[in-house]
Amino acid sequence: MADFLLELRSEEIPARMQKGARGELEKLFRREMDAAGIGAGVASGDLTVWSTPRRLALIARGLPTETEAVREEAKGPPVGAPDQAVDGFCRKNGVDRDALEVREVKGRETYFTVIEKPGQAVTDLLAAAIPAIIRDFSWPKSMRWGDASISSESLKWVRPLSGIIALLDGEVVPVVAYGIVSGNVTRGHRFHSSGEIAISGAETYAGNLREASVIVDHEERAAIIREGARKAAEAAGLKLVEDEGLVVENAGLTEWPEPLLGRFEDDFLDVPPETIQLTARVNQKYFVCEYADGNLANAFICTANIDAADPAVVVDGNRKVLAARLSDARFFWELDQKKTLAEHAKGLERITFHEKLGTVADKVERVAKLARWLCEEGIVKGDPDLAEQAARLCKADLVTEMVGEFPELQGLMGGYYAAKEGLPVEVSDAIRDHYKPVGQGDDVPTAPVTVAVSLADKLDSLLSLYAVVGPPTGSKDPFAQRRSALGILATEQQNNLRLSINAVFDLLFTSAIDLQLEKAARSEQDSPANEGKSTFHDFREKRRADGSSPLEILVDFVAPEGGLDRESERLVAKLRMSKRAHEAIQIGFNYGVSADKQADIIDFFADRLKVQQREAGVRHDLIDAVFALGGEDDLVRLLARVHALQAFVETEDGTNLLAGYKRAANILKKEEWESKDVSYSPEPAEKALIDALDAAEPKAATAIEAEDFAAAMSALASLRAPIDRFFEDVIVNADEPHVRAARLDLLARFRDAVHRVADFSRIEG
Amino acid sequence: MESEVKTASSESPVLQRDPTRSFQDMILTLHDFWSANGCVILQPYDMRMGAGTFHTATTLRALGPEPWNAAFVQPCRRPTDGRYGENPNRLQHYYQYQVILKPSPSDIQELYLDSLKAIGVDPLKHDIRFVEDDWESPTLGAWGLGWEVWCDGMEVTQFTYFQQMGGFDCKPVAGELTYGLERLAMYIQGVDSVYDLAFNQHGVSYGDVFLENEKQMSKANFEVFDTDLLFKKFEMAEAECRNQIANDVPIAAYEEAIEASHIFNLLQARGVISVQERASYMGRVRDLARGSCEKYAELKAPEWAEKYPEWSLL
Repeated sequence: MADFLLELRSEEIPARMQKGARGELEKLFRREMDAAGIGAGVASGDLTVWSTPRRLALIARGLPTETEAVREEAKGPPVGAPDQAVDGFCRKNGVDRDALEVREVKGRETYFTVIEKPGQAVTDLLAAAIPAIIRDFSWPKSMRWGDASISSESLKWVRPLSGIIALLDGEVVPVVAYGIVSGNVTRGHRFHSSGEIAISGAETYAGNLREASVIVDHEERAAIIREGARKAAEAAGLKLVEDEGLVVENAGLTEWPEPLLGRFEDDFLDVPPETIQLTARVNQKYFVCEYADGNLANAFICTANIDAADPAVVVDGNRKVLAARLSDARFFWELDQKKTLAEHAKGLERITFHEKLGTVADKVERVAKLARWLCEEGIVKGDPDLAEQAARLCKADLVTEMVGEFPELQGLMGGYYAAKEGLPVEVSDAIRDHYKPVGQGDDVPTAPVTVAVSLADKLDSLLSLYAVVGPPTGSKDPFAQRRSALGILATEQQNNLRLSINAVFDLLFTSAIDLQLEKAARSEQDSPANEGKSTFHDFREKRRADGSSPLEILVDFVAPEGGLDRESERLVAKLRMSKRAHEAIQIGFNYGVSADKQADIIDFFADRLKVQQREAGVRHDLIDAVFALGGEDDLVRLLARVHALQAFVETEDGTNLLAGYKRAANILKKEEWESKDVSYSPEPAEKALIDALDAAEPKAATAIEAEDFAAAMSALASLRAPIDRFFEDVIVNADEPHVRAARLDLLARFRDAVHRVADFSRIEG
Repeated sequence: MESEVKTASSESPVLQRDPTRSFQDMILTLHDFWSANGCVILQPYDMRMGAGTFHTATTLRALGPEPWNAAFVQPCRRPTDGRYGENPNRLQHYYQYQVILKPSPSDIQELYLDSLKAIGVDPLKHDIRFVEDDWESPTLGAWGLGWEVWCDGMEVTQFTYFQQMGGFDCKPVAGELTYGLERLAMYIQGVDSVYDLAFNQHGVSYGDVFLENEKQMSKANFEVFDTDLLFKKFEMAEAECRNQIANDVPIAAYEEAIEASHIFNLLQARGVISVQERASYMGRVRDLARGSCEKYAELKAPEWAEKYPEWSLL
């Protein structure tokens, strides 16, 4: 048994790529060992992979030194077969004709060859494997370098590859890969070690490197940073703001990490703490600290890669850099406040939301309408004026300097600026939180004005984008439509909102088209050549007076011959209007052609609801069973019904009723039964079922009307005993046709009664 | 007073060169260092440009198979970075020190670190790091991989292995080092404002040399340049570039591309280019720069291919 060490040394590997590189190295090594027939010997515990910025290392313990000899037999053509066939067999197996054996197979003389594969030295297998690993190594981005790069075919690596150690039990595995000769030497820390250092084997590798000021185990470096930063903060009487991503990144930037705490000027704490933390983290990879009360402290922790002669010098250099960054942040913070959010919001006219949907200013207009409507309709119990105000300002921070520098701060900065302006707290909170929930587990808004803006924003994005790009396909979700849908569902459920998607769809599409018609008319009027007149404006005003909807006006203007379709798209393209007016009409058209997509949208929501509810343990077939009834576009009501249904089908009554339902439905389906409405005097079991239905049907209907779905289910439960008895006592397939018809009718009535609560045919089991 | 004109030799003591105490000594030290390491020491390109990378010694020489090692200071113009001389870190005109080594030598990182030591940065006292930073210039149809080099958390150098230039693979790859001279000097001299840098050892500061320029040029860039003329100049440069390309003079064409690029930057500073137009102007500059590079490469390719049989343009 032998231990193998492989080190691939290179110039600094980006920190973010090191984890993937370790996985890649392990995967390729296993692939090669499997191919060489010694894969089974490499158990996971015997394989160690390490990385530093300047090296990838792999240690495999317990490899055999030689593979076992293999004897293989191959059966060839029968004796007397054409020469061509026999020669082909020889060629394939690399043997001469003389070497073939002849054996009898089922009475026929047949050629055989015996191939002896002797055991191979593992060192030879490794020597072949190493260039293959290097060649096939996949990096997110790779490059060529040096003299060899005069050809585009030269090796690509993440950064120049500079050395290979390959040692099997201390012996060099001789390899020449891409001009690099393997050996037993490497280099230590860039500054604390000089020249080459010799490695005697896998066992001493980490120790030899440690003596040369390199901690090769990335997890050990991460632990040093994690603990060191914590201690440095504690020593200063502060608490570290933990950030595991930063720990890993710094471990990927250092071979000898030394966390060092520094201070910055107290004055900088005037800017929002999030900006300080972000500047420190993103630009400088520093940790930040808090006071015991949770407020941000004027301290940072950088991770040096040297055991500095005087750490204070390093800290002071870093302090200056951070101070310059924080000055920039403060400059942005102050500059942004020289304009009100309303003034900033004008800049949104220059930002495209989606090329087919117009600018962010257009979006804001739609969101403001929708947020106001949500409040006015009482769907959200918020003040309509505040909701509209917040919606109009919610995207303004996108054009501020601070968000330009740190896009992650969108929303948050708007909230700060609104508060600084002295806007109502409901407005500033709504601006701050309207992107929430950003993902599963994120806080869901509950403040009414925030709920209105957040919901309006997401509904607008989802529905508008659905209109022009359709639903996301596969695993891709470039416009975050799935996330928007989940955010909408979570917000509705958390706040128990009663919202008709159809109503939102109508309102949104109508106002979107109307907004664009308005813009088109205004552009025409504003165009100097038109001297305040606009044919389109006049057309629109006339039709408005008729009471025509924006969609009708659009259709009649663009395609008076018929509905909107591709033909009318060409028509739009030909419209002789000003460029802006034409763009507006085109955007209106994009909404217009999708005005019939409500049903698709509701299906999309149903799918998202299933995904969301799966984690909560709600069965997707029950969601289908309720959706299949059709006409339901209120997702909260739908979910309440699903919950009641799930509770019911899990009871004994429910299970039996489902069985009864399925039996009845199957019979009816087989018969392709249509009600005959025959008169007949029922037997007792039939009478009992009729009586039960007479009682249950109105009860269920009333309960559903009152959205008391549990009561609807218990009304159904009352049918369980009668249907069971019916199937026990009554023969449906009676000889007399009218009796049979009456019984089938009764079953149909039973089925329909159940159906009014949920489509039980969709329920599994 | 016997004479109104003082001469340096008669009045001042002769001082030893010290890169830690004077901006110009730092530059001279870098010149010595890279000269000793085989570089051609060039003078700045005599045109206004946004970065040393625009210098033909970088762009055009990155094309083709011939070895090329050069170092030079290039003044860079970033009109939108002007702050009227009021910001200690931002300038509309500053210096880059460019080194281009082709093919990239295997000890390029060590050479670079030695150059830092030469100008007084001790890597056992200061934390030097190579942090991932890839470079891309759509304008030049160029990209490369490399790092920004940090010194105690401050970016002091951009270190790039050119992979493509003008849309062509770099064969061989060149290593490009771009030192930010002012910030490096501020660091080495330990001053907080660029204007406080000692330019020489005889009491002349960076502010003495450039503060007035920053004030006037910031005003010109942001407020004064006649935008109608700028638009015309842009179109003239564009037309001249095409004329030179059509007549197989790619170096002259490339100069016009540099000119157009700078005019575009001035138009940006004047705030007359909308977000939508911006992309279109950048596309126009890109077409000029790439067109020039392509013409240069095509023109030289037969000669290169003859000298280097293992090389091919594509």
